[in-house]
Formats: sequence, C-alpha cells, structure tokens
Amino acid sequence: MRIFRSQHLPLIGTVGVLLTLYITASVMYPGFFSLRVLANLFGDNAILGIAAVGMTFVILSGGIDLSVGSVLAFTTILIASLLEKGVSPLLAIPTALAIGSLFGAFMGFLIQRYELPPFLITLGGMFLARGMAFVVREASLGITSPFYASIQDLGIPLTDKARLPATAIIYLIVFAAGVLLTHHTRFGRNVFAVGGNEASARLMGLPVARTKVLIYTLSGFCAALAGVVSTFYMGSGNPAIGMGFELDVIAAVVIGGTLLSGGVGSQLGTLTGALIFGVIQTALVFDGRLNSWWLRIAVGLLLLVFILFQRTLSRTSLKPT
Amino acid sequence: MPAPQSPEPLLRIEGLSKSFRGVKALSEVQLTVRAGEIHALMGENGAGKSTLIKALTGVHAPDAGEIRLLGRQVRPESPRDAENLGISTVYQEVNLVPTMSVADNICLGRQPTRFGFLRKRALRDRAAKALSRIGVQLDVSRSLGSCSMAEQQLVAIARALDVQAKLLILDEPTSSLDEREVETLFNVMRQLRAEGLGLIFVTHFLDQVYAISDRITVLRNGTFVGEYVATELPRLKLINAMLGREFAEMEKLEHTAAEAEVKREVVLEARGISKAGVMGEIDLDIHKGEVLGLAGLLGSGRSETAKMLFGIHPSETGHLKINGAEASIRSPRVAMRHKFGFCSEDRKTEGVIPHLSVRENIILAMQASRGPLRQLSAKEQQTIAEHYIRALNIKTASTETPIMNLSGGNQQKALLARWLATQPKLIILDEPTRGIDVGAKAEIEKLIHSLRADGMSVLFISSDVEEIVRTCQRVAVLRDRKKVGELRGSEIQPENIVHVIAHHD
Amino acid sequence: MTDSLGKVRSWFSGGSLFWPAVGLGLLFIFNAIFASGFLNIEVRDGHLYGAMIDIVHQGAKVMLLAIGMTLVIGSGGVDLSVGSIMAIAGAVAAAMVQANIGLPAALLAALGIACVAGLCNGLLVSVAGIQPIIATLILMVAGRGVAMLITNGQILTFENPGFVFLGNGHFLGLPFTLTVVLVTLALTLLLTRKTAIGLFLESLGDNERAARYSGVPTRLIKTLVYVFSGLCAGIAGLIAASNIKAADSSRVGEMLELDAIFAVVVGGTALTGGRFTLLGSILGALLIQTLTTTMYNLGVPPSVAPVPKAIVILAVCLMQSSKFREHLLALAGRKATA
Repeated sequence: MRIFRSQHLPLIGTVGVLLTLYITASVMYPGFFSLRVLANLFGDNAILGIAAVGMTFVILSGGIDLSVGSVLAFTTILIASLLEKGVSPLLAIPTALAIGSLFGAFMGFLIQRYELPPFLITLGGMFLARGMAFVVREASLGITSPFYASIQDLGIPLTDKARLPATAIIYLIVFAAGVLLTHHTRFGRNVFAVGGNEASARLMGLPVARTKVLIYTLSGFCAALAGVVSTFYMGSGNPAIGMGFELDVIAAVVIGGTLLSGGVGSQLGTLTGALIFGVIQTALVFDGRLNSWWLRIAVGLLLLVFILFQRTLSRTSLKPT
Repeated sequence: MPAPQSPEPLLRIEGLSKSFRGVKALSEVQLTVRAGEIHALMGENGAGKSTLIKALTGVHAPDAGEIRLLGRQVRPESPRDAENLGISTVYQEVNLVPTMSVADNICLGRQPTRFGFLRKRALRDRAAKALSRIGVQLDVSRSLGSCSMAEQQLVAIARALDVQAKLLILDEPTSSLDEREVETLFNVMRQLRAEGLGLIFVTHFLDQVYAISDRITVLRNGTFVGEYVATELPRLKLINAMLGREFAEMEKLEHTAAEAEVKREVVLEARGISKAGVMGEIDLDIHKGEVLGLAGLLGSGRSETAKMLFGIHPSETGHLKINGAEASIRSPRVAMRHKFGFCSEDRKTEGVIPHLSVRENIILAMQASRGPLRQLSAKEQQTIAEHYIRALNIKTASTETPIMNLSGGNQQKALLARWLATQPKLIILDEPTRGIDVGAKAEIEKLIHSLRADGMSVLFISSDVEEIVRTCQRVAVLRDRKKVGELRGSEIQPENIVHVIAHHD
Repeated sequence: MTDSLGKVRSWFSGGSLFWPAVGLGLLFIFNAIFASGFLNIEVRDGHLYGAMIDIVHQGAKVMLLAIGMTLVIGSGGVDLSVGSIMAIAGAVAAAMVQANIGLPAALLAALGIACVAGLCNGLLVSVAGIQPIIATLILMVAGRGVAMLITNGQILTFENPGFVFLGNGHFLGLPFTLTVVLVTLALTLLLTRKTAIGLFLESLGDNERAARYSGVPTRLIKTLVYVFSGLCAGIAGLIAASNIKAADSSRVGEMLELDAIFAVVVGGTALTGGRFTLLGSILGALLIQTLTTTMYNLGVPPSVAPVPKAIVILAVCLMQSSKFREHLLALAGRKATA
C-alpha cells in the first residue's frame, strides 16, 4: 500500500504517538474524550500551530528561524498600541502582518545574498525584534475594542456544549493554506529541492535565491499572524511574551517528522507535532498533580526519541534497496 | 552502427581555452560530435575533461574559442541556458534530490500546473512517459534515494531528455554500476543514438569505451591529443595517447632503481583483502627498504587499496601480517601505531588543514602519535618545520603562513613533510608529485631514493608511468579494482606496464 | 585585488583580537565621555567599586559560558543547552545545601551532574552523529524541566555563607566572581595551549577528515568539548544561584546561551569551526556587558538592549562573509577607478 513506504514512516510514527497519548489521556482522565476538549486543542494551540506552519517552510529548506518568538511579541504590542491610539483594527492588523513579512524578507535577503548563516542572522533578528517590541512599549497593554470582542465571541457551535473558537478556525485555515502551498505548488517543490540538495537545485536551474527569500518572508508572516491570534486569545499585547517560543515551534516541527537538515517533512506532521504539545499540556491540566515542567521534560524526551529514530531511518531508507 | 551523418556536425568546439588564476586548464581544445553518434571523451586526471564539460554547460565562461551547435555559435551562461539550447548533462554524482520522488525529480522546475497548483496525476504520467521513452520501468512515486545508483542515473537521463535534448553528456556514468546495469545503460544509449541524438561519454573504463563508442577524443594536460575512430584505434595507442608516450618512441628507460634481487624481510603481507563496493580482493607484499609501485589507470583501485592498508576503509576480508605478526588495521591511528604513513592524493579534502600554519600542518601527525600531553615545544616545532621547509624546498613566506596561501605544489610538499616527520617504516604516497613543477618532482624522486636507502618501505602510486619506472623495484598493476599483474627488476619498463594495463582477457 | 582581499580576510578571520578590542575601547571612551564617573574606581572596606568593576562582575556568567562555548564552536559545533545546565547545577547545589549536606559535596555534585549533561550532548553528537544544534536543543528543552523537578517548582533559597561568597564575596579587593573567571580562563588556556589539545581541536574544526587521517582522536575530542562546556555552564550556574542566594530554575540562564554564542563570534572565532580564541571570547563577553551598561547609562531601558546586540551580530556576520567583502571591494574598486 502506498502509505506505508519508508519515507512516510516518520509521519506514521508521529501520528501514532499522538493517538497513543490521546487515547491514554482519554482513558485516564474522565472528560478528556470530548468534543469540547478537542476543539480547544486546536484553539489553544493555534498560536504555536500557526507559527509552526511558517517554520515548516524554513526547516524544510534546511534553514532555521530563531526570531519567531520576538516577532510574535512585537506584533502583539504593536497592535495593542495602535489600537490604543485609535487606529482601526482593520488597519492595524494588516500593518502588523506586513511588517512581520518585510522583517522576514530582510533576513532572507541577507542570508541568501551574502551566504550568511541563518542561525546567526535570525538570532540577530530575534534580538532586534525583541528590543523593538520594548521600544514600542515597556509593559503589557490591554485591548478594548468592539472588534476584538466580537471576534472572541465568534465561533462555530459544534454541539450545545462545544464550539470551535475563532482562533481554531484561523488555525485550520492557515493550516489548509500551508498544505496547499507546501505540497501542491511549484514553490513548495522548490522548497523541498533546496532543502534536499541545494547544489543540485541550482544546477537544475531552480530559482534558489527567490525561494529562500520567500521562505523567510513566509515565516515572518506566520509569526506575525500568530501574534495577531495571540491578541485575540489574550486580549492584550505584551512585549515580554514568547521568550523561548521559537524553540517550542522548532520542537513541534521536528517531532512532526520534518528533518532539521531539510528536504523531508510535511505540514500534516507539523500539525500533529503541535497537537502533541497540546495533548500533553491539556493532560497535565486535567491531572492536576503533575506540574508544568513535566511538559518540558516530555517534549525533550519526545524530541530525543524522534531524532534518534529519524537518524536511523536516514541511515537506512535513503540507501538504495 | 552509427546513424547516417548530417552535413554539419551537431557540435563543433574549436580553439577553446580556459585558465584559472594563471593555470591553464584548457588550451586550444577541439571537439566534434555528430548527431547519431556516441563520442567518448578520455584523459587522465587534470586532462581538462571536466573543465571542457563545464564550459559546454555554462558553468564556466571560456577565455577563448567558440562553440557551435549545428553551425550556430552559442555561449551558454548557465546550466539552464545550456539546457534550453538542447545540451543536457548527467553528472557523475547524479545531481538530483534524493529525498524527493522519482517523478518530482524528473519534472522539477517544469511541473504541469493549473491555476498555480500542481496537477499531480499529469506530473506522474509525464515522468512515467519520460522513463518509458528510454525503456525503463520504475515506480515514479518512490523516493529517488531508495533507487539504486543505476536507476538514479537512468532517472537523471530521463530528466535530461525531457527537455528536447539534442546533445546528451554523460559524465562518468558507470563508476558505480555493475556489469548488468552498465549493459542496461548502454542499451539506452544505443537507442538514443538511433534516434539521432549526439552523446558525449566521459569515462576512464577502456573496455566500455570500445564496447559502445563510435569515436574517441583524447585530452592530456589541457590540450587536444587526437580524435580517433574507435574501431581503428588499438588499445595500446589509446593508452599511450592518454599517458603521453609517442607510440613510436618507447625508449628503454634506464632503470635507475634496478638492483639485484636481495632477499629482504617482508614488512607487510596482505592476502585477499577487500571491501565491498570499494576494492576487490588483492594480495600484496612489501619488503623493507623497497619501493613498491601501484600502476593503473584512474578508477583501477589504487587509492582504495592504499586506504584499506591505512585503515581509512578497513578491509572486510583476508588478513594482514606486519613484520610477521597478524594485525588488523581498523583506523588511521592504529596504522600509525604500526609506523605507517599516508599521503593522500586529494590534498584539499583529506590532507590540508587550510587555516592552520605550515608549521602546524607539518607537525600534526607527529604530535598526534605522541598524544596530547607530550606536546612538542615551540622550539622543537620550529626546528622540525624549518628542517623540512629546507629539505623539500617548500616556498613559503614563513613557518607561520596559513597553508592555504601556498601554491598547490608547496602544499603537497608540506603534507609530505607531515608524514616524513613521523619517521614511518612504511609510507604510502598517493600521487605525491601531482601538480608539482618538474624541478620539485626530481627532488621528491631523489628523496624517495634516499628514504629507501635508509630502510624505509614505500608504496608509491602514480599515473606517471615514467616516474614509476624510475623509482620502483617492483610494480603491481591494477585494472578495474583488481590486480592484474606484477613486474620486477628489469621488467619494469613503460611499454610493459602499459601492456599489462591494456591486456584484454 | 586578491592581495587586498587577503589582507581584509586576515583581519576578520583567524582570531584577530583587533576588532573586538576596538569595539570595547570605543564603548569605554563613549561611556567615559557621556556617563559621569564611569572611569571612577573607589575603595570601600578594602574592596574596589566602580562601573568598570560592575561590568566584569555582571559579565562573569557570560564569560564562563563563552569559555566553554569557544571550544565547542571551535570543534564546529554549538551548545544551546548551557542555560538549562546552569539551572540544573544551581538547583542541585541549592537543594543539597538546604538539606544540610556540606558545601564541598554539593558543589562537586552540581558540577558532576553538569559534566554528565555535557557528556550526553557529546555522545549524541559524536556517536549518534546528530547535528549539534538539535542534540543540544533536546537538553535545552528538557533540562529546564529537570531543574524545575529538583526544586519542585519553587525558588529555593539558601543562606550557606560559603555558597553566598561564591557570587558575592571579594578576593584581593575584587569580586570573587572575577577570580573564578580568571582561574577558569587560565586553566583552559593551559589545557589548550600547553598541551596539544588546542592544536587537535583547531585541526578537527577546520578539516575533520584530514585531522582524522593524521591520527587526531577526533571522536574523543568532539565528545569532551561538550563535557567541558557543561562544566563551565555548571560553574556559571553556581554563581548565578549565589548571586540571588536562590535557585530560580525557571528563569536562570534564560537566553544566556545566545549571549555566549554572540560573545564567541564577535570575539573572532568563526561559527564554522577551526581557529579559536579564548581571549577574543572574553573580550566579546565584556563587549556585550558594556553594551548593556552603556544602554543603561544612556537611559535606554535594559529590555531594549538587544537592539544594539543585533546590529553588532549583523556587522560581524557581514564582515566574516566573503561574498560581502567581495561586494565591498568591488564597490571600492569602482570608486577608485572612477
């Protein structure tokens, strides 16, 4: 059967882990297995998930983006400040998205044009965006806006007790767009090619330079969009949030089966990775006994297992049969 | 049988020259390929084959000369350019993306789309069609990396043909293929020839050249040596053309290294060592105070044998005896403990530590064998470095110059010094005089003589037949990853060596 | 053309201390002019106090991390887990001291566990062949959780005078933290320059295959640099805990690994590995700390301090990029011939 090729094993593994965790939690905690919890899984993890959609492109190409958490924070405080000054949300939000995209494009340009290491450039980007966030405003700022109130009330009712919140809806839309862009366009194929073997991609005449810049632009856009969703979720902007967020995003992408070396992965895998985060987190809340730091340990262990698994796979499956 | 010729050749290259930083890689080279012909391009390392191909495919811009495609002059400026002109290339490393599917690889950059979205079924169909055109059946949805090298090569050809190629260049396509796979490839090539394509077949395998090519062009040291019809060219003449000996004048070289056969103790005895995919089974004996030469063409397995002996690719079969005692060499460090040394032929990736100074490069192996704690003092390092700089005439501004600033030849000498400093009992020299000027070559040959006189054993690998004759007491001849003969004493003459290489069983 | 390129290249690679020293000097001059009393050093209770002393004291943690990070980067790798290892070390020591186990045992245990953590990193990189970013990312994520586990999510305070002295005491008039840094630096310099380890490390980072073929024990060294980095992080963690007389597992060392990498790169060690300079990394760490202080003196809130850091990183990256240098020289050449 076509699904069970060796190249699909990582994804199957990830989905397997997700299902195992979900089923275990459903058995252990009454009330876990419900539509409400499921809907909230998407809603609560929308921020992580949306940023991870963008990060998937970057990692697929063999790069990395450490600026995501800072761009997220910057976006939230920028929007909050603009709204406070009376700017309409319909102007503030697109502005924030545009700035995030341009920021990403700038980093992408530097990385591509001068062959600078993505790790260092996005590290600089992280510092820059974080500093600029605090320049906008030192402290967090609440958002009062009728627009926001209506968004927060928005949701698709699923049953009389559960509904799909606006954040989840946005996440699912972004995910769908991500899937289309990654797996059903020439651009997506070029991303895979650049990550798989950049030298070959160049020799084949693919637009490597343009692809690389676009990738970082997308990542910046998604980070900014995650910031927008964050403002919906929290009802405020805060320049201090998201410290270390980029690492959670990278972890979600890697657990989802995308190789950090590039060229292999999928948006579905990333979605699964983000949901794994969500399931563990929700389970910890339900449990009440275990504390939040177990999330860190669990994620770390999962990362280890997945990476070793990917390593053994890449040592065998890519070899000729 | 080649297809009937058209009046104007498909490809005519004339007077092509290209230099890199003052070094002439190609000098007034010519090449003519007709439609419906398989044309072999041959020459040893450094002959200029890859530079010529890169000029044809737009990677390098030639300094002089012209390229005419069906009479029209062309100047390809990038690989994509060349592709659009109808020149397609399949490289030795199969420059595709192993993590993507076969179908994706064939159609990368030209996938069928509708409103910006890929039409996946059409994509798979197109790939399958491209493969069936050359008679290959493959599941186009599997990842390219899961296919064998032979299959990957065929995929690369399918991709190259997908763009209406008129001229197909195959750069060392058979290096990783077994006999059956080579035959499959050849059938594809014959079919393409019948369809009227021109094929350039770059290779160093003599048997294959004679099996498939119509005509042969030989390059040597960046110059054009000759163009021949395959059926009218005896093997010997071909090898001489490649190695640089005029067929008419094979003088008997004075065998300066000839000595009476003295029974010497055996330093290294290897029986049946081999490594799958790297080198076939081989037996070797090396005596104390002897220079054993390994002769053979590119790809015959000389460097691989050396790497087996030095523990870089440890052998999987057979056994080794060092000074009479059983030994197993599983890593360079173990080899060094047995007082072996190894000067690699690929100094860039396997020898030179670019940012470190000449001094540090020279003392590195010696220091490594002493361990980290017994550090050579600054004075000792300086003395050693200066000694070898003088002894080998290494041209460097100072001992502290980063080695990457030295010319290739001087880098090679510094690497040689690295191993001589460890005072090995057996030193393996793989092409030690490649890229060195004539004067320096003579110095190194003299050095090898004196090392031998002091009792050191030398395994000497070289493509320069005359050099082998001048320095070695015994010569093992390799061909296609096997030992095919051994010469000793007065038998060591250029024409004998060339005969053994060419010998067709 | 190639000559000037070579000259420019030698300025920016191969461990020239020129630029970080210049940067640091400029900052000092700037502060001396605009911040009154910057250069003042006064003596109180037999101890030296002053802005410059503060910089060294505050920067001690990053300096220690940078020492370990220099060797890791020299080997061609990177260690993202040092912040988390700091947290673990502080947590272990604080917990043991609180349980009335003697200070020497507590310190040894903390440093021992830090080394073990480093060993895990090292094995993942050299034996499992995992990319250093990923291998150390795992410990970075999980390690903090482990530290929280040890302190049970609380901030563990302690009063052990010996432990408190580590981060707050004075020795010969100067902060004890400076002593710790100097001793660590001295020992590391001895280790790398008075034995052949430095040479082995540089050759391994520059061309691993050539080093291996020359008999350098590459696998062993690659493993040990991570152990060493863990040790340095352990020491830094002990100081961090001592500074606030508590182990705060959730916050300690946050983002410090990036400061350490920054210090090493600015100091002149290339991220790709090979030649490294410990003194350069110390200068780089001092540069960051001075930058932060300068911002503070200018009235810029400390949270904005990352912005100049970003500009410096960008400048250093551009200078180390051969493509950028070619671009610059081409521009200069055009101007010269115009």
